[in-house]
Amino acid sequence: MDKRTNIDQIIEHFKSVPGGLMPLLHAVKLDVGYIPDDSVEQIAKGFNLSRAEVHGVISFYHDFNTSPTGQHCVQICRAEACQSMGSRQIEAHAKKSLGIEYGETTKDGKVTLQPVYCLGNCACSPSIRIDDDIHARVSAASFDQLISELRSPATTHAGGKK
Amino acid sequence: MSMTFFIPQDTTALALGSDSVALTMASELKERGVEGEIIRNGSRGMFWLEPLLEVEIDGSRLGFGPVKSSDMPSILDSLNSRMKNTKSVNHPLFLGEVSEIDYLARQQRLTFIRAGVGDPLCIENYQRLSGFVGLTHAIKLKGQEIVDQIKDSGLRGRGGAAFPAGIKWQTVLDTVGEQKYIVCNADEGDSGTFADRLLMEADPYQLIEGMAIAGLAVGANQGYIYLRSEYPVAHKILNQAIERATEAGFLGENICSSGSDFFLEIRLGAGAYICGEETSLLESLEGKRGMVRAKPPLPAIEGLFGKPTVVNNVLTLGAVASILEQGSKTYKDFGMGRSRGTLAVQLAGNVKCGGVIELAFGATLREVVEGFGCGTYSGRPIRAIQMGGPLGAFLPESQWDTPLDYESFASIKAMIGHGGIVVFDDTVDMAAQARFAMEFCAVESCGKCTPCRIGATRGVEVIDRIVKNEDRDNNLILLTDLCETMEFGSLCAMGGMTPFPVRSALAYFAEDFGGESPREN
Repeated sequence: MDKRTNIDQIIEHFKSVPGGLMPLLHAVKLDVGYIPDDSVEQIAKGFNLSRAEVHGVISFYHDFNTSPTGQHCVQICRAEACQSMGSRQIEAHAKKSLGIEYGETTKDGKVTLQPVYCLGNCACSPSIRIDDDIHARVSAASFDQLISELRSPATTHAGGKK
Repeated sequence: MSMTFFIPQDTTALALGSDSVALTMASELKERGVEGEIIRNGSRGMFWLEPLLEVEIDGSRLGFGPVKSSDMPSILDSLNSRMKNTKSVNHPLFLGEVSEIDYLARQQRLTFIRAGVGDPLCIENYQRLSGFVGLTHAIKLKGQEIVDQIKDSGLRGRGGAAFPAGIKWQTVLDTVGEQKYIVCNADEGDSGTFADRLLMEADPYQLIEGMAIAGLAVGANQGYIYLRSEYPVAHKILNQAIERATEAGFLGENICSSGSDFFLEIRLGAGAYICGEETSLLESLEGKRGMVRAKPPLPAIEGLFGKPTVVNNVLTLGAVASILEQGSKTYKDFGMGRSRGTLAVQLAGNVKCGGVIELAFGATLREVVEGFGCGTYSGRPIRAIQMGGPLGAFLPESQWDTPLDYESFASIKAMIGHGGIVVFDDTVDMAAQARFAMEFCAVESCGKCTPCRIGATRGVEVIDRIVKNEDRDNNLILLTDLCETMEFGSLCAMGGMTPFPVRSALAYFAEDFGGESPREN
């Protein structure tokens, strides 16, 4: 089934839900991995909105990326509790060891690095999130370990922890 | 001899490896041919002990923590020898009876009384621990009588603004409208806060119960939980809890044969901090950009989709369940001044023993940080404490004797907010923290009002110039002026309170901002 048909089905499901645009965008992201630019018109039509309105909502929220990410999303918490436990160093280490800045993807397509503001794990900082798994008390060494697990061929599913 | 093992599955325990602990325990039990059930409970909120393994045996609940998978064989050995002869447990990670652990025993738990006791999704377990008693009471009352109980309890909004919950409910009750809504603000975005998350992951039915009671009180048949997307574990647990509560008749049509309906749905946020502000949250729920609305109209009169709406924090709605269960007087008897009941303090950051500490209002910040925190994680002295999230002031030691009470904190230009305490040791660079406060505001501002949207960006630049000693005196004046403009000219607390951490850092930790007498390290 092509991307467009899928999105049409998702629109059909959410267009009559009150405030359905947000759950729709989450569903599109889950299905496609991002919100394709060329889906904006389709969504706007389905919701009886202007393209500008739909674009406005997509661009307001950090979660709604409009281009594909790598196989795994690695988020580093930048908030104060993690800072008090050295997250600025983890941040610098991550950028250096992966060779990318926030918002970028490694050359092998494995990892996209993103900032996040609080994962609610502040008693055991610093924290990072890899896909849907949160990791506590992260050090430069444990960060490297987690990344190498993502890159090892044995890792077949997202997250790779369980 | 049967044993039941409890291994938490909340975010923090999982982040510290509790899944692999549970797997190892299961295979170890199988190998030894020992009969034992493993229950995945919620956390007790003593996060420094996670993963905390609990064993129920002979009516005792014994704790071991923090455990690793590799500790399972030796723990089982120690339990085995306890059964055979000694009656005491000899293991380096043994903590004794869990309810007697000092950190827990010294708390006054009302909202978190069930957290960590059992499987958070087991309705029978919830009911065995007085769950849904409040809802059963509420069904027999008129809407006004429920609202009166909330008013009498003195409950104030736990999200940060501390507005009296009963007055908000009264407004919604009094507003004529066929459709009303209950909205739970579960967009717990403040750094250093995780009590909402713990309640949702460890005792989700309490939130559901509180929301259903609110629905009965004001005549709303639809509720939404606006949950931040950064909480995937809470999302999973809440979804299952809503499904099971609906099957059991506590949600949906004709709840508990009351003749009233209450439908509940989760809506996920998408990473915008500002959506924790109630009007921005409502915009987001409507499927729009999370732009802050001007007030009035109050959400209680024109809220979600223009209808009368109660917007309450997770902990406010959680407290509602216990108020209806135990009566408003019991709740009101806790606390000091106009801050009634209990506050779930969240001790976080550079601290040895971080976690959720539920206490009656009135304990001092020092009593909490020193009495529960056991010093910094790094072992260095504490230099600053930020209370109330990224918009809260940085407090120097001279202010740590302030009692945890909304008015006492307001009087020192600080705030309790959602109860988050972030501890910093003496390696902290307070100019960098002040800069971060502005940077965060620039990233997360909804952009509706100029002082916040532009002011935050200019704030970063001005602080940079001060630290570099460029035209220092004039830039200091400029920063003070900018803070004033943001405080008084912003539409909501985002721009209005970002100056709090900035000004407090500058006032109490001026030596970090460069100048003639740089701080000695």
